[in-house]
Amino acid sequence: MTDDLHASVAAGVLGTEASYQELLNSIVEVARAIFKAKASSILLLDEATDELVFEAAADEESEKLVGMRFPSSTGIAGFVLVSRQPLVIEDVVADPRFSRETAESTGFVPKGLMAVPLLHEERALGVLEVLDRPADARFTLAEMELLGLFANQAAIALDLLQRARRAQAALAGTGDLAVVARLAAALERRREEDEPDTAFRLLDELERLLR
Amino acid sequence: MSAEQQPLPEEPTGAAPEEPLPAWSLPADAVDRISLPEIWPGEITRDWAWGGATGAGVRVCVLDSGVETGHPLVGDVQKSVAISIDADEVLVEDPDTAGDLCGHGTACAGVIRSIAPECDLVSVRVLGAGYTGSGPVLLEGLRWAIEQGFDVINMSLSTTKAKFTGLLHELADNAYFKRTMLVASAHNMPVESYPWRFSSVISVGSHEQPDPLAYYYNPAPPVEFFARGVDVEVAWMGGGRLMCTGNSFATPHIAGIAGLVLSKHPELTPFQLKSVLYLCASNVGGGK
Repeated sequence: MTDDLHASVAAGVLGTEASYQELLNSIVEVARAIFKAKASSILLLDEATDELVFEAAADEESEKLVGMRFPSSTGIAGFVLVSRQPLVIEDVVADPRFSRETAESTGFVPKGLMAVPLLHEERALGVLEVLDRPADARFTLAEMELLGLFANQAAIALDLLQRARRAQAALAGTGDLAVVARLAAALERRREEDEPDTAFRLLDELERLLR
Repeated sequence: MSAEQQPLPEEPTGAAPEEPLPAWSLPADAVDRISLPEIWPGEITRDWAWGGATGAGVRVCVLDSGVETGHPLVGDVQKSVAISIDADEVLVEDPDTAGDLCGHGTACAGVIRSIAPECDLVSVRVLGAGYTGSGPVLLEGLRWAIEQGFDVINMSLSTTKAKFTGLLHELADNAYFKRTMLVASAHNMPVESYPWRFSSVISVGSHEQPDPLAYYYNPAPPVEFFARGVDVEVAWMGGGRLMCTGNSFATPHIAGIAGLVLSKHPELTPFQLKSVLYLCASNVGGGK
């Protein structure tokens, strides 16, 4: 019960989903820029449906993909997720069966891709992909390491995003704890508006009411 | 295609001595009985270790996404099975006719055959049923493969789930004692994942050189060996080829070399095999 109460209070004061979404967008933008790639995206695992969902994408074309889902064992992203192994593949277009359905449904068939699992503690949360690096750039282990560092950052952001979503779900509930969560959220808003003594005034009012 | 229940474990086909050897202690009169059949030269060279070897007679298992049989870089696959779990029952689909669901298993098989062209290849598919449940399927696939007594199991997979660690450890040790060499991809990120971290397996990371037989012993484990893993041309689905990078392509290089050594010296235990690999590493024996 204490944990639930803590979670409810935390739910009220946690950052919004939008702010974590911005963080993810920023990560894919930087990943794309650093690797001079055409596109970059983050796929989140939805454990309830066992699907990978496009959560963020760095270029206009790929932004249309956000929200799109496909089975978690599909193609390279699925393999990377399940095997926990990062892969770099060139000339994927030369492969006649490379995630054909997914690639066509997204309207973007890459020539090469780097895919790395997003691991947080013992969970695999999703996959970071960087698509179409310059054709003349030879891949090095230093880049693999850089990709790993990015993946670590993206995994932390994804973990926060998932926590925010769970918290928002708690906030939207109807039980006693949802009331606590909403109270905490209301007090947090007041604090942001420089009215830090609201909580004490509320307590005074409550005591009077309950007397 | 038929799905059947998991068969009873088969006896390993490794070179087991006919008379049982002392297992738990060594009485004085038994010393002669453990004299090793292998005559070790003063210096272990690559020529001694695998000179003239083709991998013939060695059974290598690819625990992965399936293998495309008949691919020009792979050739025939002697057996393909798929592991799945339905309501707590382990199903072994034999033969698995789904081929390769991703391309990765075919890539690994092609690398192994490029080094040990005459080895037998067996594909055990443990991927394809989605992310959820992939851990238990990986465990059961490994268990099944160890029961078959393969000489080498190539595993470019790992799990981060702590609850599987104990069981995986037990399986890896079982393989080691049954003369099955598990060759597993190491992580190139600071992540706790298994089974590559266990000392009973050979763990493999990547180096950047294009030589498929160049490999290095790492004096700072847990990663034990580095093999070719950058810009490797590999077999892919649909008879295709791709340029790939990752530890999961370095791993089959070592699995292939292990296959060569075992085809020439089938008596070697995993401990001895690891020792030979160490002594012939590019930074140890100088690749002689």
